[in-house]
Amino acid sequence: MVRGGVFVAALVALPLLGFEHWVLNLMIFTLMYAAMSSAWNLVGGFAGYPSLGHAAFFGLGAYFVGIWFQHHDVVTGYEPFVILPLAGLIAAVVGFPIAWVAMRTRADVFAIVTITLLFVAQTLAFNLDSLTGGAQGLAMPTPPFELARFEWPFYYAMLWLLLTSMALTYLSMRSKVGLSLDAIRADEDKALGVGVHVQGVKVLAFSVSVALVAMAGGVWAYYETFTYPQFAFDPIITIGMVLMCFLGGRGTLWGPVIGAFILVPGQQYLAYRLGGSQFYLIAYAGVFLLIMLLMPRGILPTIADRLRRRRAIASSSGPPPSSDVPPPSSGAGTNVPVPSGGAA
Amino acid sequence: MTALLEVKGARKAFGGVHAVDDCSLNVEEGSITALIGPNGSGKTTLFNLITGYLKADGGEFRFRGRDVTGSDPGALYRQGLTRTFQQARVFPHMSVTENLVVAGAYRWRDLLVPRVLGRDRSRADALLEEFRMTHVAELPASELSYGQRKLLEFAAVLMSEPRLVLLDEPTAGVNPVMIDTMERHIRERHAAGVTFLVVEHDMQFVMRLCDPVVVLDNGKEIFSGPPTEVQQNPLVLDAYLGT
Repeated sequence: MVRGGVFVAALVALPLLGFEHWVLNLMIFTLMYAAMSSAWNLVGGFAGYPSLGHAAFFGLGAYFVGIWFQHHDVVTGYEPFVILPLAGLIAAVVGFPIAWVAMRTRADVFAIVTITLLFVAQTLAFNLDSLTGGAQGLAMPTPPFELARFEWPFYYAMLWLLLTSMALTYLSMRSKVGLSLDAIRADEDKALGVGVHVQGVKVLAFSVSVALVAMAGGVWAYYETFTYPQFAFDPIITIGMVLMCFLGGRGTLWGPVIGAFILVPGQQYLAYRLGGSQFYLIAYAGVFLLIMLLMPRGILPTIADRLRRRRAIASSSGPPPSSDVPPPSSGAGTNVPVPSGGAA
Repeated sequence: MTALLEVKGARKAFGGVHAVDDCSLNVEEGSITALIGPNGSGKTTLFNLITGYLKADGGEFRFRGRDVTGSDPGALYRQGLTRTFQQARVFPHMSVTENLVVAGAYRWRDLLVPRVLGRDRSRADALLEEFRMTHVAELPASELSYGQRKLLEFAAVLMSEPRLVLLDEPTAGVNPVMIDTMERHIRERHAAGVTFLVVEHDMQFVMRLCDPVVVLDNGKEIFSGPPTEVQQNPLVLDAYLGT
């Protein structure tokens, strides 16, 4: 809780510290990926369904905002943020039946089905000329914000998305939604057999997840002021959120955030050092491979594991014995939660 | 009087193999019915058909007098028909208590309440007390021994207060002490009004505990009757020993 408070306070205060534009620009992308990776985590991390199609909803959000402002004017500059929830709602409504069908498949088949979705969406954006402008893309009105604080609205919009994403993750972890998702990830057939609302919960998680990603897409389109099919429906966007989540730790609250805060600036730094050619991607992949080699479950779970092991060694009493023979029940067994490490 | 579970003419083929072929059986309310048969006789397939994990090619399934043909496992669980698996399937990363709580057959609107409510905990604690597992309540299920996992899986399906529990080889792979423990728990729950259908290879266990015994061979029931008769039945001997 304290950690969360410090994190939020630092991020809220950051634009006030007078950083250069490029820092805020980098932060906007970091927050965007953190929000999306955190949203992806609901499906890919908690439910255990590795969706590779989330960029389809990123593009959907981007194009929704883009198309909306072909027909509406931007006056105060804040209108695109106001219609964001609508973009989220549309993504959730579109995502629901897609997930209903796609989530009948599992694991690698599900990954392939969802990546197909991404390319279908991109092809549609290229070819529905009258709606999407085809390969020419859509131009958005230029945001009328004063130059000194130009990034602020985008920054806070992305921050809001990240915090919403994390809050939803936190709430689901603490509720029976999270309990159901844990069961689905561990053994979906068994979960079905003990009455978990398997289909409903996982489809719900998918809908919420893609709604958040679509809203991020909407902010992105406005910030970039241009939406092209190849950038809005870019597989690299999907891959980004997946990698960050894997790097930081799937199925954890902070994992995707940590992953994004390492990879986005890291990628930018490498691109800057190694020049504009695609060489930096090799270095980027190298960093990723190295971390995954040393910490295959992601940074957070690995560190948490090491700390726990160290604490277990430090405490003199070993773990409680687990044998087939139940010990005599010790009187009225009010069970005090035993902390891991077993100092009971 | 109709039986708690009625299976009429169930059929299931995998390619050309008729795993269950025109099989009928009744499980009477309040019985501990055994389902035995040689390997490959279709016991597990029949279990999967009854519990909705497989869709039957034909036949009728009635539970508590209602037609439940084609229902999915979740719906059957909520109606009081539940099962355990041969391999003791528990959720390894969840605590023992959470393993119980997740099986509580929640309604939609309960999804937003905390993972483990006070009332969930008291129900789980009561079951753990009954199964003498209070001391492992907060351990992850992955740290339990195989026998304890079998007990946990059994305890978990009792969270829904089922009418009929299907046990798939409850004693397979566990030590003799645990077999006695398992038997005691089945008897306790049976006394409390739960009906059982048990697939089991341990014949002593079956003879002690079960009545009636249903024998399956080549996907068909070939005998149904009290355990004392099953050992003398020529068809059964033939199925087990071959000719």
